[in-house]
Amino acid sequence: MDIFLNLVGKNGLIFGFLVIGIIVAFSELFSKKVLNSKIPGSAIAIFLGLVLGYVGGVFSGGEKGLADIAIFKGVGILGGAMFRDFAIVATAIGASFYLVRKAGLLGMISLFFGIGLFFFMGVLLAYAWGYRDAASLCTIGAGACTYIVGPVTGAAVGASSEVIALSIAAGVVKTIAVTIITPIAANKIGLNSPESAMAFGGLMGTSSGVAAGLAATDPKLVPYGAVTATFYTGLGCLICPSLFYILLEMIF
Amino acid sequence: MKIIYGVALLALSYLIGQWLGEFFGNLLGINANVGGVGFAMIILMVLKEWFIKNSWMSPDIDSGIEFWNKMYIPVVIAMAASLNVKSAVSTGTLAIVAGAIPVVVSFFVFPMILKNFHKN
Repeated sequence: MDIFLNLVGKNGLIFGFLVIGIIVAFSELFSKKVLNSKIPGSAIAIFLGLVLGYVGGVFSGGEKGLADIAIFKGVGILGGAMFRDFAIVATAIGASFYLVRKAGLLGMISLFFGIGLFFFMGVLLAYAWGYRDAASLCTIGAGACTYIVGPVTGAAVGASSEVIALSIAAGVVKTIAVTIITPIAANKIGLNSPESAMAFGGLMGTSSGVAAGLAATDPKLVPYGAVTATFYTGLGCLICPSLFYILLEMIF
Repeated sequence: MKIIYGVALLALSYLIGQWLGEFFGNLLGINANVGGVGFAMIILMVLKEWFIKNSWMSPDIDSGIEFWNKMYIPVVIAMAASLNVKSAVSTGTLAIVAGAIPVVVSFFVFPMILKNFHKN
């Protein structure tokens, strides 16, 4: 057993490939045999990933889900920012530059609209929960955008660490919500073309949530959603601590 | 052997895109990457079309990029498993409400944006 643990410790990423392979195999089987392929295997695998992330957090008390358990460290490398962004960029190979350019305006409009919508709804909810100072309201509103915009904004406007932690948690909840709801709702909301996927990416913003949700809906849509969603965090980090903060300062 | 050209092309697009994102973040005075992945995707799309136009693309080069394209979902599964799901669910009601309610509202707003845009 010691030899095995030692081996896994030295080859974390390789063990990560195996672990994800097993999760996918199990999910595909479950989708086919139990659910008659009504829910795609990829959606089940992503959901199962979230469940394992929860279980990992319970066992380790750390911040990186399953990846905080020593032998699953490689899962964290595979699912970390570097591989995630590298693989997202690779999805562009299946996208048409012509279509991206054609839907560019719609994507831009949804970007600004999305950031405004999420921010001010986050602010309203924080207000309803009793927060009254501009810095806290701004940080929680920013957290409703993404889990990166939240802490970046919080640090910029000088929010307390509790509020910053809260904003990160809100952002993670958003990612999870988008991941789960997208494949369920896609048909009903007309999310079925490259153009609509670009608008969707701009509106929702969380690039991991959008990409995971679209992957479970129709993998062909992933690059179009991702190409707009990826501007959301940057734009949010730009607008939330500046323009939106000044607006809130004027009100409170 | 040529498969590495595909991977290298992807790496080049990735690095230039991320560098642009960091550059704009710096320029705007914020400590964040502004659209680095988006720039990288656009660079890769343009490079691909340029390669095809000059007939430099080969099945080997293509498969170097295609591999990572197909690895996307497994990477997302690994990412989901490394999220701080426990603290997200247990920090209290405001985090869950502020994270989830705007998402639900957006799913209702989304068809309206599409409809309005097509009207104009």
